[in-house]
Amino acid sequence: MANDLHTLTIHEAADLLRSGAISSVALTEAVLERIVAVDNDVKAYLALTPEAALADAAAADATLAATDDRATLPALLGIPLAIKDVLMVEGMPTTCGSRILENFMPPYEATAVGKLRAAGAVILGKTNTDEFAMGSSTENSAYFTTHNPWDLTRVPGGSSGGSAAAVASDQCLGAFGTDTGGSVRQPASLCGVVGMKPTYGRVSRYGLVAFASSLDQIGPLAKDVTDAALLLNAVAGYDPRDSTSMNVSVPDYRAALTGDVRGLRIGVPREYFIDGMQPEVEQAVRTAIDALAALGAEVVEISLPNTEHALPVYYLVAPAEASANLARYDGVRYGLRHPDAETMWQGYTMTRGAGFGPEVKRRIMLGTYALSAGYYDAYYLKAQQVRTLLKQDFERAFERVDVIACPTSPTTAFRIGEKADDPLSMYLADVFTLSLNLAGNCGLSLPCGFDEAGLPIGLQLIGPAFGEETVLRAAHAYEQATDWHRQRPDLRAQ
Amino acid sequence: MSLTTNDVEHIAHLARLELTADEIDQYRRQLSDILDHFAVLAQVDTSAILPTASVLPLRSVMRADTMQPGLSTEDALANAPDQQDGFFRVPAIFGDDADGE
Repeated sequence: MANDLHTLTIHEAADLLRSGAISSVALTEAVLERIVAVDNDVKAYLALTPEAALADAAAADATLAATDDRATLPALLGIPLAIKDVLMVEGMPTTCGSRILENFMPPYEATAVGKLRAAGAVILGKTNTDEFAMGSSTENSAYFTTHNPWDLTRVPGGSSGGSAAAVASDQCLGAFGTDTGGSVRQPASLCGVVGMKPTYGRVSRYGLVAFASSLDQIGPLAKDVTDAALLLNAVAGYDPRDSTSMNVSVPDYRAALTGDVRGLRIGVPREYFIDGMQPEVEQAVRTAIDALAALGAEVVEISLPNTEHALPVYYLVAPAEASANLARYDGVRYGLRHPDAETMWQGYTMTRGAGFGPEVKRRIMLGTYALSAGYYDAYYLKAQQVRTLLKQDFERAFERVDVIACPTSPTTAFRIGEKADDPLSMYLADVFTLSLNLAGNCGLSLPCGFDEAGLPIGLQLIGPAFGEETVLRAAHAYEQATDWHRQRPDLRAQ
Repeated sequence: MSLTTNDVEHIAHLARLELTADEIDQYRRQLSDILDHFAVLAQVDTSAILPTASVLPLRSVMRADTMQPGLSTEDALANAPDQQDGFFRVPAIFGDDADGE
């Protein structure tokens, strides 16, 4: 048993910690040993702080020992977690996968991370990401590419690929990522884990390094739906330090997992089953929808007619916001400053030219163009107007259905290098995920099968704004009826 | 939409990005392809549609104007590439050596 503690889910480990069967130190040591054993191959972590993690674990054990009524303790007490390297964690560098922040030590901590600490979680380290969360494969990380634990020659998805790969290979019990256009759900799908994008405004963005401020949202990656609910419980809620966090009550998401979907109306959007998608993906997702129907859900075909416009809208709105957000990297207050710059002007251009990678520069250029004089109306304003139409599509759909079911990704994990030279084909990897961010919905990806090569397939469940309970309930009911979430990659065989 | 080298140089200037000649050529081709792909938006009738900048019904909020602790000077300067006397130190902005605008 002792050697396998890293394979536990959060809720399993929480029960064992409370019964006294295991300690957080033993659990954390098992996970750290697992990291030593496999992360040379997976490359999920950018930074690890084992001493701090073991100190946090010892503190959790002391709390457990000093508490008689352990049922009142927070669910994440003593649980080792990983954090995507775009969230500021005190005592750990925040690089955002970029050279421009190579030695940046954050002067304050993200609200979401502070909430995890307050819940007693053990923070293991920072996970790899595409640079500034811009990408779908982690290949845009300035440091290295993370490998998919199911097939080390393939990408884990992105941008939260480090977090997804760490969860899938038992190098943490759960993790957090960020989702601007699919960056939690798509890697969750490609790595065979659960990943949730909460509603915009559900989780504070304070201390999250901004990519596209109207779209970014922090979300959990987990081994099963129950764990995702526990992780969301810990971070959800209003934060006066984020003016876009919503002051609405936070339900107990675990309590929403009733296992009952009888009468739940599930919409299946015809626009999400397209030519060119992998046939095994369509088949697995349709089989999953049949399984939900067999559990008593009512399946309804729906239409989201503006779906084809989501990709251009996203790749105008997100880069436009990014081009403004990333203006702060000017070599003055923090981050890289080009050593050869002799003037202030050169300081800006040389620092940014050398510090940003190709995809970040491409998006800054695209966004700057869309916002520039003469093109603003044709591109940026037009995209914002079509964004309204996308939002209306979902509003109309949610008058008829409670949840929408569709694929998370049109394909399973692709090979490292396969799309690296073709930005447009890489952008298409997010075609099923990005409309949620634009419309302000919540969504989740969970495992629903494997292709012939043994690669995981993800089912995406979409809810209306602040509909996380319904999405989690449907996901959990499906999960209970299947065993996809119990499959784990065999890293030794590769 | 076909961008010229001049277009790309102008965008790079606005974005304060120093690009190599190879990068300029690459971005000219890639951004032209991407914008071609996005031309589909022009066909959508949005004449009566308001733009969405945020999905939330955001309103300004007020709070009491009370002093709260912030970052210390030391913490604020901890990541500075260069500093002097409690300030960020930068190359000259004005003068003969400052190739600004």
